[in-house]
Amino acid sequence: MAYAAGVDVGSTQTKAVIIDEQRTIVSRALTDTGANVIRAAEHAFQEALRSGDLREEEVEYVVGTGYGRYKVTFGNTQVTEISCHGRGAVHMFPKTRTVLDMGGQDTKAIRVTNTGEIVDFCMNDKCAAGTGRFLGAASSALDIPLDQLGPTALRGERPVKISTTCTVFAESEVLSWLGKGKKIEDILLGVHESIGTRSIGLLRRVGIEDEVTFTGGVARNEAMVDTVNRRCGMTVNVGEESHYMGALGAALFALDRIVASRAPAKVQGEAS
Amino acid sequence: MTGTGVDHPLVGRGNTDGARLFREWFDALNVAAETGRASAYVFVMGSFAELLGAFDFPLVFPEINSLQTAVRRVAHEYLDQAEDYGYSPDICGYVKADVATQLRGGEHPMGRIPKPALAVYTNACNTYIKWAEIWERMYKIPTFVLDIPGTRTAGGQTWPGNGHFENDRRYVAGQLQELIALCEQVSGVAFDIDRLRENLAHANAMSVGWKRVLDLNAARPSVFNALSDGTIYLGVANGFRGTRAGADYFRALVEEMEYKSANGIGTLTDEQYRLIFVGVPCYPIFRRFNELFTEWGGTFVNSTYLWFASGGSNLGFEYDLADPIASLAEGVLIGVRDAMDSMFYQTGILSQMIDDYHADGVVYHPIKSCRTVSTGLADSRRALMEARDVASLFIESDMMDKRVVSEAQMKNRVDAFFEGLASRRLQTAAGPA
Repeated sequence: MAYAAGVDVGSTQTKAVIIDEQRTIVSRALTDTGANVIRAAEHAFQEALRSGDLREEEVEYVVGTGYGRYKVTFGNTQVTEISCHGRGAVHMFPKTRTVLDMGGQDTKAIRVTNTGEIVDFCMNDKCAAGTGRFLGAASSALDIPLDQLGPTALRGERPVKISTTCTVFAESEVLSWLGKGKKIEDILLGVHESIGTRSIGLLRRVGIEDEVTFTGGVARNEAMVDTVNRRCGMTVNVGEESHYMGALGAALFALDRIVASRAPAKVQGEAS
Repeated sequence: MTGTGVDHPLVGRGNTDGARLFREWFDALNVAAETGRASAYVFVMGSFAELLGAFDFPLVFPEINSLQTAVRRVAHEYLDQAEDYGYSPDICGYVKADVATQLRGGEHPMGRIPKPALAVYTNACNTYIKWAEIWERMYKIPTFVLDIPGTRTAGGQTWPGNGHFENDRRYVAGQLQELIALCEQVSGVAFDIDRLRENLAHANAMSVGWKRVLDLNAARPSVFNALSDGTIYLGVANGFRGTRAGADYFRALVEEMEYKSANGIGTLTDEQYRLIFVGVPCYPIFRRFNELFTEWGGTFVNSTYLWFASGGSNLGFEYDLADPIASLAEGVLIGVRDAMDSMFYQTGILSQMIDDYHADGVVYHPIKSCRTVSTGLADSRRALMEARDVASLFIESDMMDKRVVSEAQMKNRVDAFFEGLASRRLQTAAGPA
C-alpha cells in the first residue's frame, strides 16, 4: 500500500494529511506555524505519521502547499493552495463548483469544474480585512478566545456596523463600540457580518455557483458559517475536514504523481 | 566574429541599442538642464514630438522619468518626498515622483531633468491636465491642452472619411495652429513646415517598423517578450519619435526580428505558454514580475501597453507628407482615440489578438495609481471571458509604489494560473470526456 501526503503551511497554522491509494484519509495533524516554518512543516508531517502509525518511507510522495510550500523541505513538489483547496473541496463534496477558503491572512473565492480544475479565482489583496486575522484582532480587543467568538456572536441580535476596512483599525473600532455601551455579542456579530460582506464580494467576482464549499480554519466558526449561509442564500458545505482541505488537495495531487509514475500514459488523461 | 543563430550579432541588438539610446537621451536632457535650455514637457499619449521637434525643444516625458525611478529602485524616496509635501498615497505615483523630481531641482537617477518652458498635452488622461497645472503654478509657464474629441459613434470607432471624424480633424488642426504660434513665441524659432515634414517622415518609418515588429511576434516561438523587451522598444518609440535615430532604430529592429523569426529564435528556449498582457507593467519589480511567468515557460506575445502608450504607432499609421498639419491632426485623433478605445473596446481587439498570436491566456494587471487604465479592466475581463474560452489572471499592484506590490501574493496567483493552464492543456489533449 502506497501513501501520499499533503502539507499545507499556512500563515497561522500548518496542516498535514496522509491518504492511501483509495484516496481515504488515513491521518491528519495540525500545528501552529510560528516563526520556524520548516520545523512546523516537519512537525505536522511527523505528527500525521505518528497518528496514522506509518513510517516515513511508506509515504511515497509529498506535496507542499500554502505560503510556506517551498519550506516543506522533505516534499517532492509544490502546488498552490488555490489548486489544492479546489481539489480537496471537490473530493469531499463532489458537487462543489465554488469554494470559499478563509484562512489566517487571506480569503479566496475559487470556481472549479467537476474534477476540481480551477476555472477562476480571486483573493483579498494585500490587506487582511475579511480574513481570519480580522477575527484575531477582535479576539484580542475583546479578550475572548478565538474558539468562543462564534458562539458569542451567535447570541447577538443587533449587529453593529464595522465600517473600517483595516484590520488594525478594526481593533480600535471594536473598542469604540464597547465604549458606546454596545453588547459584546452584537459587536462580534458585526465583526462576522463585516467579514462575510467582504467574502461574498470575492465570491461574486468569480460567480457563485451551487454548491459552495467553505474551507479553511475560519470554517470552524459557526457564526461565520451562519453569516455566509445567509449572504449566499444557500447552505454551504462544511465538513470535519474543512480546515484540512488544502492539505487534502495536496495529498490528492501527490497521489496523482504516484499513479502517474506507475502508468504515465493513463494518467495523462486523468491528471489534474 | 559573426555568429549564427542566437549568437548572431543581430540577436539582442534592439535591447542593447535601446538602452544606449536611452542613456544618450537622458544625457542630452542633462545637458539641457545644465545649460538652461527651454524644454517642452509632454506625455506619451499624444506627445506632438514631431511638431515640437521642429522648434528644437528638448522633450521631457515625465511619465518615463517617473517609471525610471521605479526601475532603478528609488521610487519610494521620491514618493515619500511628495507625500511629505502633502500628496496623498492614493495620488498617481507618476505624478508624485515627478513632483519630487521638481522639488529636487530636477535631480533624477538618470541625470538632471530640465525645467519646463512649455507643457503640451491632451485630454487622453484627466490626470495629465491636473499634473500640468502643477508645473504651471511652480514655474509660471504656459500650458497647452489639446482637446481631442472621443469617438462620437456609439459602440465603435470612426476613421478618416467619416463625417464626424473629418469635423474632429478640422477641430484638432485648428488647435495645432494655435499651438504652433505658442511654440514660436516660447522657443523664438520660426515654424518651418519642411522640418515638420521631415519629422513626420521619420515618424512614418518608426510607425511602419513598430507595427511590423508587433506583427512578427505572432511567430512561434515569439521573437520578443512584449513585457520586458517590448517596453524597451516602446521607450525608444516615444523618446525618439519623429527623429532619424528613432527611424534607424526601428529599421534595425525589424531586421533583428525578421532574422529571429526566420531562424526560429525565441525569447525562451522552451516556450510553453503564450500570454497577452493588459495594463501597465509593474516597474518596482519589473524583472522579477516577468520572471514569475518565464519560470513557467510563459512569455508575453503582446501587450495593450504597447498600443495605448505608443501614440498610434501600433496601427502602422503614416502621415500624409503633402498635408502635414491636417495629417498630424488625423494621426493625433487616431492615436489618442486608440489609446482610449483600447481600454474601452478591448474585447474585440483582445479576441482578435488571441487568434492572431495563438495566445493561451490573458493577464490583467490593474494598478492602484492609474484609474484611467485600470477602472474598466474587471468589466473588460468579464466581457472577454464571456466571449472566449480563454484562461485569464487578474493581479493588482502598481507601476510605482512598492508598498502595494506583494511579490509573495503575486507569485501565489501566478503559480495557480499556470497550474490551471497546465490542467486545461491536459484536458484539451485528452479530448471530450
